[in-house]
Amino acid sequence: MSESRNAILGKLRAGRDAHPLTPPESDFAVLRNKRWDGAERLERIKRMMEAVHTEFLETTEADWPTDVQAFLKAQGTRNLLFGPATEAGGRLSAEWAEGGPELIPYADRVETFKERLFDGIDAGITTTLGAIADTGSLIVWPTPEEPRLMSLVPHMHLALLRADALYDTFWQAMTENRWADGMPTNALLISGPSKTADIEQTLAYGVHGPKRLVVVVIR
Amino acid sequence: MSHDGTISRPAIERPESVYFFGTCLVDLFYPDAGMAGMELLKAQGVRVVFPQGQSCCGQPAYNSGYREEALKVARAQLDYFPGDWPIVVPSGSCAGMMSKHWPDLFKGEPDEARARQVASRVWELTQFLVQVLKVKFEDQGPPVKITWHASCHAQREMGVTDEPKTLLRQLANVELVELQREKECCGFGGTFAVRHPEISAAMVGDKVADIENTGAKAVVSGDCGCLMNISGALEAGQKPVRGVHIAQFLKERTHG
Amino acid sequence: MGESSINFAKASSAALQDQQLRGNFRRAMDGLMSKRAVQFADTAEWNGVRALGASVRLRALSKLPELLEKLEANCTKNGIQVHWASTTDEANAIVLSIMQRVNAKLVVKGKSMVSEEMHLNAFLEKRGIECLESDLGEYIVQLDEAMPSHIIMPAIHMNTKQIAHLFKQKIKEAEYTEDVAQLTDLARRVLRKKFATADVGISGVNMAVAETGTLCLVENEGNGRMSTTVPPVHIAVMGLEKVVEKLEDVPPVISLLTRSATAQPITTYVNMISSPRKAGEKDGPDEIHLVILDNGRSGIYADEELRNTLRCIRCGACMNHCPVYTKVGGHAYQAPYPGPIGSILMPQVEGLEKRGELPHACTMCNACVEICPVKIPIVEIMGRLRSEAVHPGDAVRGAGSHASKAEAMVWKGWSMTYASPLAYQFATALLAKLGNAAPASLPLLKEWTNVRAKPRFANRTLHALAREKGIPDV
Repeated sequence: MSESRNAILGKLRAGRDAHPLTPPESDFAVLRNKRWDGAERLERIKRMMEAVHTEFLETTEADWPTDVQAFLKAQGTRNLLFGPATEAGGRLSAEWAEGGPELIPYADRVETFKERLFDGIDAGITTTLGAIADTGSLIVWPTPEEPRLMSLVPHMHLALLRADALYDTFWQAMTENRWADGMPTNALLISGPSKTADIEQTLAYGVHGPKRLVVVVIR
Repeated sequence: MSHDGTISRPAIERPESVYFFGTCLVDLFYPDAGMAGMELLKAQGVRVVFPQGQSCCGQPAYNSGYREEALKVARAQLDYFPGDWPIVVPSGSCAGMMSKHWPDLFKGEPDEARARQVASRVWELTQFLVQVLKVKFEDQGPPVKITWHASCHAQREMGVTDEPKTLLRQLANVELVELQREKECCGFGGTFAVRHPEISAAMVGDKVADIENTGAKAVVSGDCGCLMNISGALEAGQKPVRGVHIAQFLKERTHG
Repeated sequence: MGESSINFAKASSAALQDQQLRGNFRRAMDGLMSKRAVQFADTAEWNGVRALGASVRLRALSKLPELLEKLEANCTKNGIQVHWASTTDEANAIVLSIMQRVNAKLVVKGKSMVSEEMHLNAFLEKRGIECLESDLGEYIVQLDEAMPSHIIMPAIHMNTKQIAHLFKQKIKEAEYTEDVAQLTDLARRVLRKKFATADVGISGVNMAVAETGTLCLVENEGNGRMSTTVPPVHIAVMGLEKVVEKLEDVPPVISLLTRSATAQPITTYVNMISSPRKAGEKDGPDEIHLVILDNGRSGIYADEELRNTLRCIRCGACMNHCPVYTKVGGHAYQAPYPGPIGSILMPQVEGLEKRGELPHACTMCNACVEICPVKIPIVEIMGRLRSEAVHPGDAVRGAGSHASKAEAMVWKGWSMTYASPLAYQFATALLAKLGNAAPASLPLLKEWTNVRAKPRFANRTLHALAREKGIPDV
């Protein structure tokens, strides 16, 4: 409908040119000035995310695969969806002990296992690009090795967060890392498990997405 | 095109004289409140001028969509405030119309500059008493419990916030109990009250219930539109609470 | 008033009788207002982020045609197909043609107000395509065969009991329960099956970034992510004003949006979509379509003052703070956008002949203006539309359609009297003498005295008193 396109743009241009509009300057100082020091950032992230039912698991670079397995085993989780081609995925397959939850690789197009994904997966694990202190949010950029639905469909989402990859604000994270130069297919902020208040303002967790979000903090 | 909602008045020195713009509602229904306002100002040693040619700020027509008619009435006021004195108005709504909306109403008109000049001198009464005259009242009345209803336009157009309550709190024997929803509209809204009488009734019903819950003997307000609405509902519901304009209340308490 | 005119007064009258409904709204709005106040307790921060948000929206409007072209170019480069629709009919036709091409039978929808504006569900269902709302609130309203009553919380007019009964009645596997967690879980089970099998996902757009060709969606439930990730085709519909210039414009607007809407520092998900599934990627839709809808917006844009309506980021805070909305609820407006923003937007989109009563559904209290996160002068636009409704002109569709000779005469007479000191003092002196004799049954006075005592004219006017007391005139 290029006819409509041209009609719409023509009308907008005429309207604007008849009455040009000078916008006030955009002063980002209010975002730039939001700062927390190193220790405060993680504290704040935990506090904000825990307020919306996020769980935290503290671990170390050496131990995280073992700790994750032990955690899931204790929860009675049957299986864990992971990305086998990532570095984290490599460590999971290498260090996963016998007798734990089954590791399920997300290795093929979703079409090949949609039914199982929606019906038979308890948990999924992904990496993150860090977290944001201002709002208590994880930054997640899905990739071919770590597809989009891993953090959405399984009932529990485990997210690996490196304790040194913290930002003050969303604005800082995107400007410092020059996101505008190349956005991925999908970029996400995740700030808790799925929730709703659509029934009489009463909070309920796990309406469509994960019922539980577990942030695995790696120090 | 930036609209912050409220206008702000610059700090000014105490003037020797002020104009008093009585407003049409006060003129017809609450002249005692108008007189009280002028006497409060006089008691502070300020000369008060009441131009007899004044009538109305034009708001009723303006809010009904009849801007030309509003302009005609607003324009008729300009001649009567020639001195460079502040214009004190015992109503946040009319003051808001003059200071905030006159500049828009007169936009492109030959007398735009004059209208802006007049508009820039308009003060809401309590704002003027507190900010310019820095009054200190001494209570002469018996103990009483009251509550305060904040007028929408005083708050959100004139930027009047704590001034009225500051004045009321100066009165030692007056116990001020705040409403649960002090800032919520009473449902007057000019022609709204008769265009949507049922919604307006529900709104003033909530306001009356809120007032009753405070146990106050009087509800004080700074706008006669609100007062007419709230007192009318209190009276119709045979509630033992009286509605009173803040000027009249202050006058009664201090040298009444 | 024309025949097709929407009767707000009648609908609101019915709503006012419904004590349950009034209770539901009062409680909900009180809660929302106090929670929002906590989010913006830091006045300096509020002023700063609000000024920034308003500047972002104004900058976008100042370059609107260029930004839309840039958005189109960058989306196209990213593989998102862009469509333009002048009217809702055109937009529906575009959506339908995509559906038909992929032979779609089932559509899952994320929340989209523009699709409400298009009446898209009804349109598709008539053509045999099942269209399932997946936002829990929208799902409830759809089950109830009703309209959303709030743009953020569609089912805010219902309480848990009512929803429990609805689920029991409409969902096969439902057991009656008033437990919100169980009700939510039931919806989860029903809708998961639909996500997995849907042919197309439809969503709205909270913001589209011209600089990068990115569609931003905010949500809490995950249904938006499901709808935009699982089905093989994703169609996003947006009003043409939703574009922003730069990616860095997104954070302040999102911050204002989520805090104003539901008093959350941020929603659970911020979902930024810049392309369909690329080679090697294992999920995501193979096709993304962006439908850019005008539906009267370019007309609104042409007017310097009315244009400010298009700043709106659809947070719904004006509803939460509106004393009229709180009393009558969203359905009384009979519009996809109720409350203050609806009362200025609907008349401009659908014309004053149909919606001319809405700008009067307002006491001009300015509570909405005080909290609008992008500083829309809502009440000034309300006043302007009141004027347009009674004066023929070109700025708004249906201008002059509510003109009444009788009303015009009244105001003319009023202005002649009030603009002449002599006539005014004569008239007011007369009213002081005789006004109180007017019977309460007079029109207008009757409406007033239904719940109020008759206003009493004073014996003497202030003019007379001032003369008597020797107050100087000059």
